[in-house]
Amino acid sequence: MTTQTTAPETPSAPAAAQSGLIGLPHRLGRALATGGGALTIISTFLSWTWTADFPGDLTVYGYPGGLQVLVLIGAVFTTLFGLASYGIKGLGWLTPGSADSALKLAALGTFATAWYTVIAISVELGGVVNLEPGGYLVAVATLAALLGALALPFERPAPDLADPDDTGLERFRHNSRQNWNTFKAAFASTTPAPARQLPAYAEILVIVAAMAAGLLVFTYGIGTEYDELFIGFLLTAGFCFAALGKSGIVARVSAITARHRTVTMAGAFVAAAAFPFTQSDDQYATIGVYILIFATVALGLNIVVGLAGLLDLGYVAFLGVGAYTSALVSGSPSSPLHVNWPFWASALLGAAVAMVFGVLIGAPTLRLRGDYLAIVTLGFGEIFRITVLNMDGTSGPDVTNGSNGISSIPNLNILGFDFGKDHTFLGATIGRFANYFLLMLLITLIVVVVFRRSSDSRIGRAWIAIREDETAALAMGINGFRVKLIAFALGASLAGLAGSVQAHVTYTVTPEQYQFAHVVPPNSAFLLAAVVLGGMGTIAGPLVGAALLYLIPAKLQFLGNYQLFAFGVALVLLMRFRPEGLIPNRRRQLEFHEETEAPAVLTKAGA
Amino acid sequence: MTTDTTTKDATAGASAPGEVVLDARGVTMRFGGLTAVRNVDFTVKSGEIVGLIGPNGAGKTTFFNCLTGLYIPTEGEVRYKGNVLPPKSYKVTAAGIARTFQNIRLFANMTVLENVLVGRHTRTKEGLWSALLRGPGFHKAEAASRERAMELLEFVGLAGKADHLARNLPYGEQRKLEIARALASEPGLLLLDEPTAGMNPQETRATEELVFAIRDKGIAVLVIEHDMRFIFNLCDRVAVLVQGEKLVEGDSATVQGDERVIAAYLGEPFEDAPGDEEVAEVEAAEAQAETTTDAAPGKENDR
Repeated sequence: MTTQTTAPETPSAPAAAQSGLIGLPHRLGRALATGGGALTIISTFLSWTWTADFPGDLTVYGYPGGLQVLVLIGAVFTTLFGLASYGIKGLGWLTPGSADSALKLAALGTFATAWYTVIAISVELGGVVNLEPGGYLVAVATLAALLGALALPFERPAPDLADPDDTGLERFRHNSRQNWNTFKAAFASTTPAPARQLPAYAEILVIVAAMAAGLLVFTYGIGTEYDELFIGFLLTAGFCFAALGKSGIVARVSAITARHRTVTMAGAFVAAAAFPFTQSDDQYATIGVYILIFATVALGLNIVVGLAGLLDLGYVAFLGVGAYTSALVSGSPSSPLHVNWPFWASALLGAAVAMVFGVLIGAPTLRLRGDYLAIVTLGFGEIFRITVLNMDGTSGPDVTNGSNGISSIPNLNILGFDFGKDHTFLGATIGRFANYFLLMLLITLIVVVVFRRSSDSRIGRAWIAIREDETAALAMGINGFRVKLIAFALGASLAGLAGSVQAHVTYTVTPEQYQFAHVVPPNSAFLLAAVVLGGMGTIAGPLVGAALLYLIPAKLQFLGNYQLFAFGVALVLLMRFRPEGLIPNRRRQLEFHEETEAPAVLTKAGA
Repeated sequence: MTTDTTTKDATAGASAPGEVVLDARGVTMRFGGLTAVRNVDFTVKSGEIVGLIGPNGAGKTTFFNCLTGLYIPTEGEVRYKGNVLPPKSYKVTAAGIARTFQNIRLFANMTVLENVLVGRHTRTKEGLWSALLRGPGFHKAEAASRERAMELLEFVGLAGKADHLARNLPYGEQRKLEIARALASEPGLLLLDEPTAGMNPQETRATEELVFAIRDKGIAVLVIEHDMRFIFNLCDRVAVLVQGEKLVEGDSATVQGDERVIAAYLGEPFEDAPGDEEVAEVEAAEAQAETTTDAAPGKENDR
């Protein structure tokens, strides 16, 4: 990226330095991309196939359905970015960064979704004969748009001459690196100039709009009914988000959200709370509440891993401690304690017991550093599961009912509000899982507030200092052991809190819910993956990471036994191409783009 | 107004001039059969800048670690203002001894201001509950910490870069930031481990000024350094460690003139060492050579 600055100054080859990936004239390319986008919009209103056998009914004229809607959205973005790249007045706000790169990505996304659909139709229905003219049209139009977009000029990186003494393999590697750099440069964007100050109400409106869009995308994704639609959703959402990022609009919006942190947080939670009201039945609220449990525990783990830098591979045990504690005092018939505590008491007890376990496990293990700590916590996580398994009355005292677990945990009842029954608010019916979704959202809010406040304080700075350099932190008078133990205990009690709700949501707690690795999240491996994938040390990171890690296996049932394999491949690719996570910490962002970012934002953003 | 508060705060750690701040008596440190430091007596009085020099492997760093609580001396004891040093490095800092590191150890991904705020750790009390509940006391303490940290940044000349990441500072400023971070714990004694390593002459000069300014705040300073010119300009007293033992201690002139120190650094003269006459001859020849050649002779490096 830095080398390319010299390229335009070479007078000898200005044409070569500015050419596109495909050798078409620029004007033609731009017209083709914009026109292709417009044509794609029209084609989504046509029929793509003759039979309704393909899910989503793509046979109707004048009414896009299923995957057609996704292609339509991508095409609208392509057309808008195309028009904005002509410099049309009134669209400039859309592309403060780089209109060309955004256009390329949007065209690529539309092409991918459209061709995926066309190929899926041909394969599932047995041949291209099943395509109607609309199907052919969309294929041609998106291909034209993509080719046109790729013909747009970009600044090629300065060529790095190969060593003539290289062997064949080295030359191949050099060439492929060169091509990859050129390819990356084709999608490179400039950082947008700082926006002029909008009035406060306008900025808040922007935040509200962003939250509404987020809710819309999430609701759509969670509500996708068949595999093809979910894959199409992932393609469109991924490419469109990348295109918006290249256009610079994401940077603008995040600058605004950084200015209004509290409004953003409130908006996000109102949007999340609105989710059950957009649903007609309880089916997707179930997924929603499991995502929230997973995300909340991941956020608690983020305190331990992201802030204090303690790699904890047995974290799910604390969720188990909370769940078992709450289950034991819930009045379940299979619990040896025949008491029925109110929710607030069982939640507090769950958190407190988890904290005690956190201190008990942390006190001997936190004297270790790095890999050793990871291994020991992994061991303690398994010890918890096996202990619970053995406390069945035959191998040990009868406390947890062994592998059968504690079952028939009654629904919560807070102040006469029965969580097991349907309720009607504002004309919308809220079912059992939606009730728990709202309760869990409250717990998530608590965890978010705890994370934010603790990270931006004396103790949070001490955690980060320990993570950065433990020796120096000790020399600054930080009692490393004590501070790490606080992080460990705090993380444990937050997980315990989440566990006390989880026990009621799942009816039953069994030991195998709390393994190190398992196909169903939450488990320690998936929790850690959610934190790393989303972005360590951020609030939004684990939430997004957990949502993706839960939704993808839940939605792509056809992967079957290959789920974990696909998950592993995805993690490897992510670590190779975006090691800072999907939502990078501002510290890390600054680390990678030190000159471009205004440093003053860092203090506001906290950790 | 700022200077007022500065001096007031600084006196919390400082004490009356002439009072013994650091008192090491008969410090011996053995690692198995190896005696790295043998029976060293050493004192630092308040308002004093003391240098500690010695050839490589003389035991300077081991002795330094005994002073910062990283090692517990095998024999002897180290007292700070009359109390024996606790054996943990964070307790030593809390007691009032701050240090910098030979190889800079800043918190690279924290801002300049946050680095100094971490240094305030021992002088603030807000725990987790206060951070979570955010009462008025929390905001007051945070504001006070920030104000004090900004004063210190002003003092070392980094106030304009408070929001920069520590990793992005140039080398000399990273050294300054490390000193500011150490000063944030309001120490009575500041230990500087090779503060000018890798600096150019201008930066060394600036560091000298900074150390004098710190002394003027009433904080005693102990410097380990290889740069002799720096040490002899700066220090009121210099101690020389050779092979784990204190060879000599005194003001710059005494130490510079001491034959044993020269011998320790340059080695003992061997049997057929050139006598005075030969030395005079060589000098005369060199003087002649210098007048004939214009080429400026490379300045001799002290290190």
